[in-house]
Amino acid sequence: MTQTLLSARNITRRFGGLTAIDDVSLDLQRGAVHAVIGTNGAGKSTLVSVLAGELAPDAGSIILRDQDVTTWSQPRRAQAGMGRSYQRTTIFPSLSVHENCRIAAQARHQHFWRWHSAARHCRASNDAADRALALAGLDKEQARTAGLLSHGGKRQLEIAMSLATYPDVLLLDEPLAGMGAEETGRMLELMASLKADHAILLIEHDMDAVFRISDEITVMVNGAVIARGDPHSIRNDTQVQTAYLGEDAA
Amino acid sequence: MHMKLRTLLPLAALTGAAALLPLALSDYYTGLSIKIMIYALFALSLQLLVGGAGLASLGHAAFFGIAAYFVALLAPESGAGNMFWLLPGAMLGAMLYAAVTGALALRTRGIYFIMVTLAFAQMAYYVFHDTSVGGGTDGIYLYFRPELRLGELVLLNIDSPYGFYLFTLACLLLTWAFLAMLMRSRYGAALTGIRVNEQRMRAAGFSTYGYKLVAYIVAGGLAGIAGFLYAAKDGFVNPELLAWEQSGLVLLMVILGGTGRLWGAIVGAIALTLLQELFQSQALLGDFATHWHLPFGLAIIALVALLPRGLAGLPELRRPRPNKGKTTPAAPVL
Amino acid sequence: MDPVIFLIQCLNAVQYGLLLFLVASGLTLIFGIMGIINLAHGSFYMVGAYMAFALQPLIAQHLGAGFIATLLACVALATLMGYFLEWAFYSFLYRRDHLQQVLMTYGLILVFEELRTLVIDNDVHGVPVPDWLQGSIPLGGVMTYPAYRLFISAVCLLVAGLMYWVLTRTRLGMMIRAGSSNREMIDSLGIDINRLFRIVFAIGVALAALAGAVAAPVSSVYPGMGNAVLIICFVVVVIGGIGSIRGAFVAAMLVGFVDTFGQVFFPAAAGVMVYLLMAAVLLFRPEGLFRQG
Repeated sequence: MTQTLLSARNITRRFGGLTAIDDVSLDLQRGAVHAVIGTNGAGKSTLVSVLAGELAPDAGSIILRDQDVTTWSQPRRAQAGMGRSYQRTTIFPSLSVHENCRIAAQARHQHFWRWHSAARHCRASNDAADRALALAGLDKEQARTAGLLSHGGKRQLEIAMSLATYPDVLLLDEPLAGMGAEETGRMLELMASLKADHAILLIEHDMDAVFRISDEITVMVNGAVIARGDPHSIRNDTQVQTAYLGEDAA
Repeated sequence: MHMKLRTLLPLAALTGAAALLPLALSDYYTGLSIKIMIYALFALSLQLLVGGAGLASLGHAAFFGIAAYFVALLAPESGAGNMFWLLPGAMLGAMLYAAVTGALALRTRGIYFIMVTLAFAQMAYYVFHDTSVGGGTDGIYLYFRPELRLGELVLLNIDSPYGFYLFTLACLLLTWAFLAMLMRSRYGAALTGIRVNEQRMRAAGFSTYGYKLVAYIVAGGLAGIAGFLYAAKDGFVNPELLAWEQSGLVLLMVILGGTGRLWGAIVGAIALTLLQELFQSQALLGDFATHWHLPFGLAIIALVALLPRGLAGLPELRRPRPNKGKTTPAAPVL
Repeated sequence: MDPVIFLIQCLNAVQYGLLLFLVASGLTLIFGIMGIINLAHGSFYMVGAYMAFALQPLIAQHLGAGFIATLLACVALATLMGYFLEWAFYSFLYRRDHLQQVLMTYGLILVFEELRTLVIDNDVHGVPVPDWLQGSIPLGGVMTYPAYRLFISAVCLLVAGLMYWVLTRTRLGMMIRAGSSNREMIDSLGIDINRLFRIVFAIGVALAALAGAVAAPVSSVYPGMGNAVLIICFVVVVIGGIGSIRGAFVAAMLVGFVDTFGQVFFPAAAGVMVYLLMAAVLLFRPEGLFRQG
């Protein structure tokens, strides 16, 4: 029985005279990857920001499991099980890979009043970090300085950090950006392995990857949804073809 | 707390040397050393904000001055006050102002934050400068150095120069130890994360505003200790303690000392105070010493230009690899 | 409150606000276009005032010319000084982060103060109000108002109008407005950035110096005047929003009114009113009223 973990209803967001998101609705189910594709400026990144809580919508609601989280701040949504990775890497370059994850994991074990106990001794955070790194395939690189990782490694770390807080819902903003074929393959395997336990929203430009990994695709143009369906029907949708893929892409 | 012998031994030696220093110095230089330590404490409190939280405040002198005025205003005129309540009271006064102004200032970022902290300090300056609260521009006097009393029993008397020196040294070391402990705690780790990338921390679930506000308040309280000591040292408190020149000076100490290490603040305080002494020295510069602001200003410009990482960052300039673990480089704090 | 007194205070508030606008607009332009936070901006105000003090007797004696000539001379000198300063010092600040700019310009303030002490002195001085502006002007038959204060407002309005004309009707103004919202853009458009920056900076300095010079007869000339005006200008820029000239104007007028009427109604808390205003704005609009870019 598929469980809907995140439900966005009629989200609208304007910036001055520009309507960035126009009445967009979206569901994320556990065990599925839901990709959102569209041309540049279609509103995809804005949508992720609204879902994550960085931007408030002008209209619409967001339901996380059974909670209406529309007015919740980003940290509060994160505590309720939302994880987010960024298009531009947000790791801590001068710390080790493990420390990166440990600090992120600490969000679940803040205990900030315990000033006498050292952070690096926090068993719970360390365990969560170990687990996240193992999931992301970075356990062999734990001790490396994060800034020295390859680009693909950094993107993996970005995902690992968003996993460190045991989220249910993962919002991945262009995780494959700047990656070569081999790194893309590894990242897709990672996403496939994460699918079972999480509801994943994927923003991506790499069409091959999107069609390989997604269970459902939403197509956005100029802030509005013009098509939605499984990869096969989207590939054959004439509207999508003209608007986005180009007429001879099918 | 586990500390390696490698760090413990030189620290102990340094502490011992510092404790014995006044035996070799004249009264004037003992007084100067006390002044340096007070400013080192003041700078350390700002280091929590700048190096720890990545918040560049140009109004930190407000907390220093408020605490100093607290002591001078509330200490009895007929005998020594009791630091059992005067010291925490001074800190509390500073922390209250930090809580109110910090709650507002932290709604802003970057350059706005700098300007807003400056403005709030100026507001406090005006209260003491233009009103009769603290005797106006003339300032007020503290007639007796506070002592530590429990009922009738005097536990600690710091009237003697050497006694006051040791007390100041103890306050400095305790503050340093406290901050070191704080930065290695979970709170400190979170603060470091917030400094490097606040966005990532919010995405992970940290309420970053709260963390920053706590840092602002704690920093204010620690600056209050320095203010208390300043008032107790010479017994004279005037509004210039809250002036923006003071805020700028202590910020300079932190930056020139280096934000990558806590002790950068201490080094910066020592360096800058000695620099001021140098340029004010009649022996070296003769009559021109009255215009010491000129070479001092030029020196500041040169030092900031040449030492982007401060003095504590000098060893890093030789090592090209980023330092793993311990420190995050003193990246632009804005 | 007596309506005549109210009117007089309004005029005072407008005059003060306009002066602040002159200084603050320079500050916000320099930050908006060049990305430089200049703590020494108040020093230019002070320099203008001291220049007026020093030049006025010389110009009267050797050129037989009056106050207007003195003002023009101050503006010319300040523009040259600004041009030189940008080349000699500020051009090195672009690559630095804001904190380093703050501290380096802090050092510069110390240098300016000491240079002023060496070249002129450390004393408080007065600049005489020119003869033709002495006395009061009757307004509407109900009151009189000092002629010189009206002159100050007139000069500021004239300059503000000039600024508006330059910004909206000239090529230079277009480049400035473009650069204010997107600095990388003007660079890629092939415009000589270095010259543009130098001009903008010189304009900023000239504005501050003119404000200092024209205010000198009423505010007197004293060492701390630069720093006092600087911090108020920071408040104006915070309230108005960095980089926005319109914001600087609105905020300057707000500050002018709050400060003037604050002194009337709460003389004990006079200096604090402006900061309370800033705090109030921060509660609702942390980025200022007219945040740019």
